[in-house]
Amino acid sequence: MICSLTICGGDEKRVDSRTIYVGHRPCPDTEAFIPSKFCDNRIVSSKYTVWNFLPKNLFEQFRRIANFYFLIIFLVQVIVDTPTSPVTSGLPLFFVITVTAIKQGYEDWLRHKADNEVNKYPVTVLEDGRSVKKESEKIKVGDVVEVVEDETFPCDLILLQSSREDGTCFVTTASLDGESNHKTHYTVPDTEKDLQALPATIECEQPQPDLYKFVGRMHIYKPEQEPAVRSLGPENLLLKGATLKNTKKISGVTVYTGMETKMALNYQGKSQKRSAVEKSINAFLLVYLCILISKAVVCTTLKYVWQSKEGQDEPWYNQKNQKEKDTNMYLKMFTDFLSFMVLFNFIIPVSMYVTVEMQKFLGSFFITWDKDFFDPEIQEGALVNTSDLNEELGQVEYVFTDKTGTLTQNNMEFIECCIDGFQYKHRDTRSELDGFTVTDGPVNKLQQKEKEELFLRALCLCHTVQVKEAGSEEVLTDQVDGIDGMQPQPEEERGFIASSPDEIALVRGAMEYGFTFLGLESKSMKIKNRENNIEEYKLLHVLNFDPVRRRMSVIVQTKSGETLLFCKGADSSIFPRVKPEEVDRIRMHVERNATEGYRTLCVAYKQLSAEEYAVADTGLREARLALQDREQKLMAMYNQVETGMSLIGATAVEDRLQEEAAETMEALQGAGMKVWVLTGDKMETAKSTCYACRLFQRGTELLELTVRTLEDGRLKREEKLLELFCVTLFNVNLKSWSTANQDYGFIIDGATLSLVMNPSREADASQYRSLFLQICQNCTAVLCCRMAPLQKAQIVKMVKNSKGSPITLSIGDGANDVSMILEAHVGIGIKGKEGRQAVRNSDYNLCFILPQFLYQFFCGYSQQPLYDAAYLTMYNICFTSMPILAYSLLEQHISMEILLDNAALYREIANNAMLRWRPFLYWTVLGIFQGLLFFFGVRFLFSNPALQDNGQVFGNWSYGTIVFTVLVFTVTLKLALDTRHWTWINHFVIWGSLAFYVFFSFFWGGIIWPFLKQQRLYFVFANMLSSVSAWLVIIILILLSLLPEILLVVLRKPRGPHSRQVYLFLPFPF
Amino acid sequence: MMASSYSAKEEDGHHSGPAGLGGAAIRTRKPDNTAFKQQRLPAWQPILTAGTVLPAFFIIGLIFIPIGIGLYVTSNNIKEFEIDYTGTDMSSPCFNCSQSFSWNSTTPCKCVLFFSLDQPFESNVFMYYGLSNFYQNHRRYVKSRDDSQLNGDQRSLKEPSKECEPYRTNENKPIAPCGAIANSMFNDTLDLFYIDPNGTKTQILLIKKGIAWWTDKHVKFRNPGGSNPNLTAAFIETAKPVNWHKPVYELDIDSENNGFINEDFIVWMRTAALPTFRKLYRIIQKKNNMTPTLPRGSYSLEVTYNYPVRSFEGRKRMILSTISWMGGKNPFLGIAYITVGSICFFLGVVLLFIHHKYGNRNNSSDVPS
Repeated sequence: MICSLTICGGDEKRVDSRTIYVGHRPCPDTEAFIPSKFCDNRIVSSKYTVWNFLPKNLFEQFRRIANFYFLIIFLVQVIVDTPTSPVTSGLPLFFVITVTAIKQGYEDWLRHKADNEVNKYPVTVLEDGRSVKKESEKIKVGDVVEVVEDETFPCDLILLQSSREDGTCFVTTASLDGESNHKTHYTVPDTEKDLQALPATIECEQPQPDLYKFVGRMHIYKPEQEPAVRSLGPENLLLKGATLKNTKKISGVTVYTGMETKMALNYQGKSQKRSAVEKSINAFLLVYLCILISKAVVCTTLKYVWQSKEGQDEPWYNQKNQKEKDTNMYLKMFTDFLSFMVLFNFIIPVSMYVTVEMQKFLGSFFITWDKDFFDPEIQEGALVNTSDLNEELGQVEYVFTDKTGTLTQNNMEFIECCIDGFQYKHRDTRSELDGFTVTDGPVNKLQQKEKEELFLRALCLCHTVQVKEAGSEEVLTDQVDGIDGMQPQPEEERGFIASSPDEIALVRGAMEYGFTFLGLESKSMKIKNRENNIEEYKLLHVLNFDPVRRRMSVIVQTKSGETLLFCKGADSSIFPRVKPEEVDRIRMHVERNATEGYRTLCVAYKQLSAEEYAVADTGLREARLALQDREQKLMAMYNQVETGMSLIGATAVEDRLQEEAAETMEALQGAGMKVWVLTGDKMETAKSTCYACRLFQRGTELLELTVRTLEDGRLKREEKLLELFCVTLFNVNLKSWSTANQDYGFIIDGATLSLVMNPSREADASQYRSLFLQICQNCTAVLCCRMAPLQKAQIVKMVKNSKGSPITLSIGDGANDVSMILEAHVGIGIKGKEGRQAVRNSDYNLCFILPQFLYQFFCGYSQQPLYDAAYLTMYNICFTSMPILAYSLLEQHISMEILLDNAALYREIANNAMLRWRPFLYWTVLGIFQGLLFFFGVRFLFSNPALQDNGQVFGNWSYGTIVFTVLVFTVTLKLALDTRHWTWINHFVIWGSLAFYVFFSFFWGGIIWPFLKQQRLYFVFANMLSSVSAWLVIIILILLSLLPEILLVVLRKPRGPHSRQVYLFLPFPF
Repeated sequence: MMASSYSAKEEDGHHSGPAGLGGAAIRTRKPDNTAFKQQRLPAWQPILTAGTVLPAFFIIGLIFIPIGIGLYVTSNNIKEFEIDYTGTDMSSPCFNCSQSFSWNSTTPCKCVLFFSLDQPFESNVFMYYGLSNFYQNHRRYVKSRDDSQLNGDQRSLKEPSKECEPYRTNENKPIAPCGAIANSMFNDTLDLFYIDPNGTKTQILLIKKGIAWWTDKHVKFRNPGGSNPNLTAAFIETAKPVNWHKPVYELDIDSENNGFINEDFIVWMRTAALPTFRKLYRIIQKKNNMTPTLPRGSYSLEVTYNYPVRSFEGRKRMILSTISWMGGKNPFLGIAYITVGSICFFLGVVLLFIHHKYGNRNNSSDVPS
């Protein structure tokens, strides 16, 4: 990056920024007006068009192993002379492809519709002084667009004008990053008046996906004046997709359009999360592929061994035709091999993917429909963004949760404060005038009162809170986080809007004590003091909050002309910037508050002299206007200004726990999941929250690894870290051996974590990480405090990539959690259903194909199919797929109530218990057993093929039909045995499938089909049913093949501590 | 078999959502509270436990063992007599015929085998021919037929299916019936004689009706030209299969059993499942209740030896068998039923033992602590 800058030199500007002419007006003083080419405002989220749907979709589908495999088989069947017609594998493939294509086409059609809705949405554009209605997709970069309340922005806009007096507007970005609180955006100064003929250009960076970053510069040209330059930041940029709230109307100039908007850039290139189930299915398929190939090899070899005997290959009754005679021997071997492959190819279940996909697709509806997920407050149920990950919900091993807003309600309440070392607590009885009492120590009344008022003024001034306008009609229905206006409020009560609920709590706290914030009007803040006088302050600068600095400041000017800086922030960021002697008195309070689980903030102030202010002012302005490295420059400036302050006091705000947070945590831990809390809060606060929600329990031994424990005079931090790691790990291991049920909690803070992640010597990184992981994995709960958002993602990534690649789940609500959520396997979810049952198809197909394989030994290895083509084709699609689907959708091995009561049952299914190699092996062995049974049972019956009571004999198709009948009944009944939860749908589908099989067989064999070359099954099924022996053999074979399953159920011994309960409910292990 | 309980989970009452200020105007997105959508459909939840499976095992055992015994007895009561007339042995009367076989010979080779039945065959006797090491289920063989030709289709008669190669055409005339199956039709003639103790030979009447499936004879196989009795005309311009001595329209003099609907032909066309098979040849009907169909005594089997099997090491047999309700003689089913029944019974006993020894302890400690 750096080198490119130096090399490119002058070019760099053209490459890295774009120039926009507001309203497409040429501006004086600039070089000739060149309307630059930008993309139009069309959003294309759809994948396909009518034209490319077929090729593109087919291409995508054939990239899947199974589909590709079947395509190959199909092609082989078309080219080579194979035992089964291409239809047998072509039809299922066609079915699968069609179903998937229809599903994907439908989804894409929905996207098209959504795109159209967005693209054709009427917007108002100011053109040559007139408002013109346009379709959204026709917006060009440089257009001035008007947006009214509750509309979404059609493109990325720079806010020029707002209907609000103070030049702000509120937006919610719920659809972009999930944050539903109101955010304040500002107009560019000095553009308010005359939008119609505003001669201005905007220079800004090229589109980039970071939602929270934007730098630009606006040149406003005035006749006979130097062009005014205004800096543009993210606070001026309104993003496409965000919604305008609480502001009647705004106008803005388009900077990014269509696919270049930040929203579009964010949705692009999002990799599809692939479920672990699909991966393991692929692994199983590979095993079956190996079985398939070895079968084909065995058969081909045996065929040529058998043929080498005189008279076997070509007896007089079965001559080869000329073409066969002419074929080269090796080519023939190869075609024979292919033919065997084709014959046995059904061992790989073509419909499995479809069944799995359908299960997931339909399963997600159940999640959407679940009324227990319905939140009556926001009138929304659960939303499933991708159906690919449903079954992962049953596999979660690690839960990462944010604290604020997730464990707690993010509904702040001002509890107490500490002014100048004295604790003030709000008292319910308003015995004193202000209801504000010192609860400890004697106070010098007069001096203290001054401090008090300064503190309260600071609370009133140092924030970015907006006063909710009264009289707005939507006050009652508008439900937004951080608004206190749900109920009709008495006149003196005010609604506030802010980006963080802490701020509202503080302002409301100050209000309780007599200082009311009245609002910000044209750069002047008004507060009403205890004497009900209105004080006015001119707001000079806002030094915005950011998570790195962890503080914010305002610079205001009082009526009397004094310039004051108020700063509030986390103790760790304030204490180093104030006089040390002030710290001690307050630190005690802060720490006590933190241990009680309150969120603490420190408040400091400083008086700026005129010179000081002048320096700060110019510095800040310059930094804001910088196009390059604005962030760093601003940061440096902020740090420069916020020094040498004096500490006034501290506040404590309570964030109440979410309802049933504790129960949930206990249940999660009971379910064997490891819960990690990742928070930006102070360690003490986070710790007490953890205790409150029972993440840490009384018996939990806490292992701390924080900056404090690292501070050791003798050693360098890193050395100490390593030492501590080893000690801790040793302890954990030792104790976990000696005392079985000792729980460990582990606490680490951001600074230490960054030492772990990025040690000074690169070589140590992996060592540290593995030590860290080992410790964490031995702990039931891990608390990471003081985390930066990126660190959260780092941790998730580290765990995800650790040994065994466990499934991770992240829960969070705020922007700081987004990266963490994207990183984890499962975004958010509470309840899981495992849909892996569909994979049992694989053993269906083994016992389906094994008789076919065995038959080769009896038909001279001639690739003669045992079953009729119709049966081969229909087996997967019609006879067995529906019960499996219904089973995987509706099965409840254990009732919901029991599941909710016994979280430990989760352990049974977690860790892919249902889809590991052991059950897979079991299915395979069972499949082989059944295949052998079916084939040889019928084989012995056919040692005398005179099976009818009129002495007539059965042929090879009767043989196959008997085997197939046994097969269909066995697999369906086996599923019926496994079904623990028989709803009418299960009954319908299971018995319906069997009935359909019987009906189909009669029908298929009942007619001379004109399109068939051979009427192989003509009345075969009916004749079979007329034979008592056939009935008897079918019954006994079904029973015998179900016997192991039944036996296993009865003999299964309970395992593990919880298994006795489980045993009662879980009699079927697989 | 299963202890079951119907636990219909009741739907909880439809309590309307929070009464919004707008009342009905607010479109609620609350999911429907239907049993299906909430996955609370009433369900039957059978529980398989040792307690429920145990009786099932006993019952299965108690049902299967008698059935098996019945089947075994039935199978044992079936009289079956089998004689190999391949003629591979020097001592065999058919040795000469098997050695001197030639496709071109015009005079049929005949041989006579003598045998005696120790027991009388009381009911109808079914006469089978059996072939061994004959792969009727070979893929090339199985597909080498044209069912639409056999169904009387004129077009297929003139233009047989490609599948019939290399038995499709002969001297530029389409073969009827085409294909390897038809070409290799079994053409030995078997005649049975009863030899009185005093030495007189009486030919036993062999019925050739009713040996093929009814649906095959009446629907699947049809002569070209429908009911036209002149089969020779219907098969004009076609060639006989190369290995046949007579064309298809001369298989029998009875017009109901001639051409494609000849029952011997239909029986042959139903390809066997295994390389050793038997096919129904003739039926010997019981005359009256007084005399057995085939009394004890000596018999002679006169074979017109047309069918070569030596080249592929095949064997030919003649089988006489009575038939019961379960078909021909086959002890397998009976043994299987007895075995499975016994296994179930045995498992039942073992499970009962286990259940008694361990089950009680489990039950007593199941009380939640």
